[in-house]
Amino acid sequence: MPDAGPLRGTGVSPGSGYGPVRRMVGTVPEPPPGARHDSDAAAETAAAFAALARVAESLEDLAGRAADDVGRDVLVAQALMARDPELAAGVAARVAAGLAAPRAVWEAFGVHRDALAAADAYLAARVADLDDVRDRAVALLLDVPLPGVPVADEPFVLVARDLAPADTALLDPAVVVAFVTEDGGPTSHTAILARALGVPAVVAVRGATDLPDGTPVLVDGAAGTVRPGPSPAEVRAARVRDRTSRRAAPDPALPGGTRDGRRVPLLANIGGPAGVRADLDAARAHGAEGVGLLRTEFLFLDRAEAPGHDEQVAAYTEVFAAFPEGDVIVRVLDAGADKRLAFLPPPAPEPNPALGERGLRMLRRHPDILTAQLAALAAAAAGRPVGVMAPMVTGADEAAGFAALCRDAGLARPGAMIEVPAAALRARDLARAVEFFSVGTNDLAQYACAADRQSGALARLHDPWQPALLDLVALAAGAGVPCGVCGEGAADPILACVLVGLGVASLSMAPPSIPAVREELAGHTLDRCRAAAAAARAARTAPAARAAARAVLARRDRPV
Amino acid sequence: MTERRVKIKSRVGLHARPAALFVQTAAKAPMEVTVGRDGNDPVNAKSILAVLGLDAHHGEEVTLTAVGDGAEELLNTLEGILTEEEPEHA
Repeated sequence: MPDAGPLRGTGVSPGSGYGPVRRMVGTVPEPPPGARHDSDAAAETAAAFAALARVAESLEDLAGRAADDVGRDVLVAQALMARDPELAAGVAARVAAGLAAPRAVWEAFGVHRDALAAADAYLAARVADLDDVRDRAVALLLDVPLPGVPVADEPFVLVARDLAPADTALLDPAVVVAFVTEDGGPTSHTAILARALGVPAVVAVRGATDLPDGTPVLVDGAAGTVRPGPSPAEVRAARVRDRTSRRAAPDPALPGGTRDGRRVPLLANIGGPAGVRADLDAARAHGAEGVGLLRTEFLFLDRAEAPGHDEQVAAYTEVFAAFPEGDVIVRVLDAGADKRLAFLPPPAPEPNPALGERGLRMLRRHPDILTAQLAALAAAAAGRPVGVMAPMVTGADEAAGFAALCRDAGLARPGAMIEVPAAALRARDLARAVEFFSVGTNDLAQYACAADRQSGALARLHDPWQPALLDLVALAAGAGVPCGVCGEGAADPILACVLVGLGVASLSMAPPSIPAVREELAGHTLDRCRAAAAAARAARTAPAARAAARAVLARRDRPV
Repeated sequence: MTERRVKIKSRVGLHARPAALFVQTAAKAPMEVTVGRDGNDPVNAKSILAVLGLDAHHGEEVTLTAVGDGAEELLNTLEGILTEEEPEHA
């Protein structure tokens, strides 16, 4: 095969990874309707039962190794589905009527699938679990690869169209040396997970899923390249580069700030797909000074009812205790859009969930959930001035209403996320109602550029370097209350300097990104950051803004 | 046949962990075990899919039946699962 050069995409998590390609298996094909067996019903039934038993065993094995309770409960229930006697009877009856085992299994699951899907929201959510069990059994019978993340003892490069949270729940970061996806953008689940785990990743790589399993590839998460069949010299050079960049990391004990002493606390985003404990450990290991975004959805997902007061207090107390000195900012439940909760169903089908009742809009419909969460936060804070902010705030009236509820609960530092362009444009009005802002660059880019975060084809539009986005951040940062940034935009060292130049007071990011941001920021004065911000805002396109800022920041300021 | 009416006290109803625990316990018994909700036909208590399909919530009553030796004991255990607010072990 001639050397066609590397595949190119968007690098979203730095570092290099070398290993054989293992592809995520997508959908298992539906066995054709009417597919019949060759008349030995007893052998066909035995084959179907053997496949179901193997699926049950593998799910029980996974349940025994699952790190969290919620994941374990789902796997236990799935194993019971594979061992279900009613299901087995349905399979046997269909094989006796002449259907081939894969088709019989498919149809027998279908009966229960329809029954669950017709029930309430909680049961409808179990349909995905049931489909997964069905696909595993059918894959065994058809002798096609099992769906999901491949299991391998040797390190590999995981290649997928895209990764969903369910795919990665049991992912072992020790054996996955890099992620490569065909779809996805800088703020996709893959990108956020990769940064949280410190695994190199490249997304939006056209042709990635055509790479055959076993192809050795070298992934460069900074350059955004995937090179099939690299030479040993290229692999060695990449490893040397990785070691050098790690050595260059500054002392994590130093607080974040500019060369001339403007303090910019570098905080951690907690509560991502890797789990709260893993995030807290990573935050401390990378020298985070506090928590700039505690996502609280982890307490609410995959449950039939909202968590109780004591459970919430215990969870918040654990996070607060992990950073007894630094700042801690909590985001109240951000449900809706892609984060559906069984006990908070949408009022009606939403054709555009990202523009629907999500975040604070959803909580206004369910005030009991919000007041219960605020009461638990107040109890856990025990007088400490933790920041508590609302997601998806649009106007000053919403901000004021949320702030009043916080103060009623005994929380003196209410804040507003700036994710909706309207909120950024009228930031001065919002600033009269709350004590601080936090800009979520991912959603602000999505809404400012009208570009779905999940769309790989639109990756260039959710580029946080869009000059329009920088203008909106400047409005929020200049409105008179402290303004942080907690989107993934804060994790780009050059952009971090620009944000500080725009007036941003603190930066919160996935913990592994903190050392590089700390080092870059420490190399520049506040004036140089302001010059870089002005140069970026003067540009007309995202690539031009990035290039202009880079040019200003190419030189390091000497210590003053 | 031994029959028992039980009010579900588990906070999540006959779903999630309580449902798994309930089915696992019933499946270990040698005899036939059913669970029914008012107005519906009783279903096989050893089938997680049938039990989930009942969609029985906190505060609702279900009827348990079992036939044969040890039926009384088994229903005691199953009742215990349904009347615990937060079962710990599935």
